[in-house]
Amino acid sequence: MQPTPASKRILLPVRGWFILLTLVLAMFANMIPFGRLPGLPDWLALVLAFWCIREPFKVGMAAAFLAGIVMDVGSASVMGQHSLAYVLLAFAAGGLSRRILGFPLLQQAMQILPLLLGAQLVMLVARMLGGADFPGLLYFLGSFSAALLWPPLTYLLLLPQYQPVEKDENRPI
Amino acid sequence: MSVVGHQPPPFFNRGPAPLARLAFFVALSLLLLVLDLRFHTLELVRQGVALITYPMQRLAYAPEEAFGRWDNYLTSLAALEQENAELRQKQLTTARLLLRQEHLEQENQRLRALLDMKQRQPVTSQVAEILYAARDPFSRRVVLDKGTRQNIAAGQVVVDELGVIGQVTRAFPMISEATLITDKDQAVPVQIVRNGLRSVLFGTGDGNLELRFLAANADVQAGDVLVTSGLDDVYLPGLPVAKVTRVDRDTTYAFARILCEPIAGVERHGQVLVLGPREAPPPPPPAVETQDKPDKGRKGKRKE
Repeated sequence: MQPTPASKRILLPVRGWFILLTLVLAMFANMIPFGRLPGLPDWLALVLAFWCIREPFKVGMAAAFLAGIVMDVGSASVMGQHSLAYVLLAFAAGGLSRRILGFPLLQQAMQILPLLLGAQLVMLVARMLGGADFPGLLYFLGSFSAALLWPPLTYLLLLPQYQPVEKDENRPI
Repeated sequence: MSVVGHQPPPFFNRGPAPLARLAFFVALSLLLLVLDLRFHTLELVRQGVALITYPMQRLAYAPEEAFGRWDNYLTSLAALEQENAELRQKQLTTARLLLRQEHLEQENQRLRALLDMKQRQPVTSQVAEILYAARDPFSRRVVLDKGTRQNIAAGQVVVDELGVIGQVTRAFPMISEATLITDKDQAVPVQIVRNGLRSVLFGTGDGNLELRFLAANADVQAGDVLVTSGLDDVYLPGLPVAKVTRVDRDTTYAFARILCEPIAGVERHGQVLVLGPREAPPPPPPAVETQDKPDKGRKGKRKE
């Protein structure tokens, strides 16, 4: 029942508004104030990576750039910090989408982890060049928790595509 | 649109190649980064994007706000009575000072007039609430619930009942961002109460503060209280800022390493006071300006 290209299941085409909705919800989840709790996943990076891998022709670097700009203002960081990291993430995720989708879900999560860590590293380098301090190794914990969330998130985000349009007992698949 | 591994046939035109798109967006992001870090010229763009993010931020804050209200509602009567009694006690102990303050202020004004000295500036202030700490892990900022609509402007000083917390660094229409004094880039000109020694206090980025560039034999002791010196035309003089916790005098270095901890509840949430802008003093005579000008870090550039 894994919705991979190797799976038996045929998915419905994704709807544009659903992609937009999930991206906005992820943005919203990022803005919930949790203080300085370490290990919070960057929801927007995760959902962006998901759609870049799943629908590389619909979501790409332009969407990542715009999402990054909004996140820059929302999190009171330097302009361009998130957009740079998200654009590079979208490029890597889009390029690796065929490869990543061939794996089962847990192995997919392990392939996502370096992508997310790379995005965090880009932000870290950008800020440290700008004169900020190293925030501690716990900063990278967010990527690990995000990678753990990959399998349940895949199921959740593909849920609208699972339902058949109409029930047909005689249909072969 | 085109993707790295998928090369479309030439008759299906899908726009520029992925590497070209990547180069374009990375260049754009780097441009934004440099513009914001070096030249601070993107405030207008930030104000525009903040129009989209403000409702989301407000909505995301709503559950916490509701939880706080619910918690407040369920506070037991006994706890409230105890708090009430404590506050009453506190009021009585401070009443003695308050009752005389007006008298002393008037007397001070008269004496200053007699001595022909500059009058002390009156302070205006507004109560604001800290909504939450900003998500950015590289800096120490909090978001306040008042903005330019309530006449809050960048550069104003934020204090609580104990001392200085920070400074408003960005004001949006409905909210504003304050940088805490513990931020690495924040500098506060201070002086030691005991002997009047002037210096500049920097944040260390981990919740503490540091007095830099004081000679190894400077007269500083653990326990010294630091107040704002008021030389920067931003902070009013005499606001408590920090207390010296440790002084390391290593003769191999030219400067002493002096660690301090903030007096105010800098990393706590709650209500704060945003002090009104200080009036600009008359410009110094031009002959003095050519002399060595004390470096005041970022504060000097930001004066209104």
